[in-house]
Amino acid sequence: MSDITHVSAAEIARSLAQGEISSVEVTTAYLARMEATEGVLGSFLARSSNALEVAAASDQARSRGETPSALAGVPIAIKDVLCTTDMVTTAGSRILEGWIPPYDATVVTKLRQAGMVALGKTNMDEFAMGSSTEHSGYHVTKNPWDITRAPGGSGGGSAAAVAARQAPVAIGSDTGGSIRQPAAFTGTVGVKPTYGGVSRYGVIALASSLDQVGPVSRTVEDAALLHDVIAGHDPHDSTSIPTPWPSMADAARKGSQAESLAGVRVGIVKQLVGEGISPAVKQRFDQAVDLISAHGGEVVEIDAPHCEYAVAAYYLVLPAEASSNLAKFDSVRFGLRVTPEGNPTVEDVMSATRDQGFGDEVKRRIILGTYALSAGYYDAYYGSAQKVRTLIQRDFAQAFEKVDVLLSPAAPTSAFPLGEKLEDPLAMWAGDLTTIPVNLAGIPGMSIPMGLAKDDGLPTGLQLMAPAYQDARLYELGATLERLITDRDGVMLSMTTPEVI
Amino acid sequence: MSQITPEDVSHLAGLARIALSEEEISKLTGELGAIVSAVESIKEVATQDVVPTSHPIPLGNVFREDVIGETLTTQEALSGAPDHDGSRFRVTAILGEEQ
Repeated sequence: MSDITHVSAAEIARSLAQGEISSVEVTTAYLARMEATEGVLGSFLARSSNALEVAAASDQARSRGETPSALAGVPIAIKDVLCTTDMVTTAGSRILEGWIPPYDATVVTKLRQAGMVALGKTNMDEFAMGSSTEHSGYHVTKNPWDITRAPGGSGGGSAAAVAARQAPVAIGSDTGGSIRQPAAFTGTVGVKPTYGGVSRYGVIALASSLDQVGPVSRTVEDAALLHDVIAGHDPHDSTSIPTPWPSMADAARKGSQAESLAGVRVGIVKQLVGEGISPAVKQRFDQAVDLISAHGGEVVEIDAPHCEYAVAAYYLVLPAEASSNLAKFDSVRFGLRVTPEGNPTVEDVMSATRDQGFGDEVKRRIILGTYALSAGYYDAYYGSAQKVRTLIQRDFAQAFEKVDVLLSPAAPTSAFPLGEKLEDPLAMWAGDLTTIPVNLAGIPGMSIPMGLAKDDGLPTGLQLMAPAYQDARLYELGATLERLITDRDGVMLSMTTPEVI
Repeated sequence: MSQITPEDVSHLAGLARIALSEEEISKLTGELGAIVSAVESIKEVATQDVVPTSHPIPLGNVFREDVIGETLTTQEALSGAPDHDGSRFRVTAILGEEQ
């Protein structure tokens, strides 16, 4: 049969179910692809030492009639922010170099129970702080479409791995766009579920009120299948939503068969399509909107005035929560310890360890967060930022009275050159303007490929946003739009990534 | 333009337990000033009458049954520690000479 790394995870699952191929064969093919391309791309921080054994166990289970999930036997890459007891977990930071956690993240447990085969841990900006993966404490990850460009971030490793066929699907985490922006930059699909939809237990926290784990894939159906594996209530996460979820895979399959978009009401967020959006991205976005209109969808403009304050509010909420969450990296329970000369106190040891173990971006955000939370400034900064969250939630609530979904570009530009924004944090942060409002409001968001940019020939992403709890709506409409765009272009963009080598 | 001084950054670094070098303090002083100026705009809309949102999805008090669950063993808990004595994490002196 044709190279198994060229097909979707759903197709792999069908081949496995029909006995046309084994999980060992699939896993071997992906490991070979990883081996061949990893030297160029650098998507991974750690590789599994027992992937083939897990695959063999999956094959044996299947031969006994056991298929624990639709994705049993399918390989997967896992962002290094999730704790794994069998692979080093660093969150991209030197302060956790070599750390093996004593427990698995709930999402990892679910992947194991689903019979999926972990291939490795993917590179990321240190503690997920960044939009290019250049802030990794280890190495830079290249964009498979152009290795002089960034793959986006913080989940650039997961996105590059899936785009370059090193893995059929991957797990990401999204605090301000870390799943959706890399998806846009690499021509893949990425979903941030409703806050609380997927457990955060065992996910090294960045900003606890914003973080959410989600799927990375090449098709909407694959993301849906993975979403079904990882979603659900977890008593270990007190912010986990207790209500059950409908099947996202069913929603995606329904959407892919829809004849038209008649009756679908779509809103364009005025504040997310104007200033800062590149002309090439805007052109692709307008074409996607035209496609919706041409197939009977009703398109209206939506005013969400407080989205203009989203980036500013986010860069107060996030550093404040991060400065608190990262206090645990103090050289006592895990990770690095640096002992200065002389007669140091434990406080001297902590301070030296944190200076050496953290990178520049992490220090910048901890200092900013400490400032925003300090006496006399708390109300003016952290408190005000929390009020902006309320205003953005109200804007979205009013919008969703008029429309079913909201649309915007997933990222304001296509992939930027490596190094371009590394020394200018405010420029790097401004690139998150389209994704951040979704996290502040807690609603679900999805990025799907919407064509190559006319100027640089690189992928662009279309963002769909739905009300909280309505993740299935994203999968249904996302699958319809994916099919319409594929029909228009004659090819599915995510299946046409350059060979890299 | 907000006035962030090197002394401010040095103080924040102490609170955050990061032994920043003079060079880092100097760089961060300029950056923090620029960042704080850039986020000042939120004060325009964050008025008295707006209720702050600390959590995006409202949930009531979250309880569980008061039963003993699975916990880490001592060995597991100590497994990643830089230093321990077999049952406790080991650290250097808590108090300095002047204390």
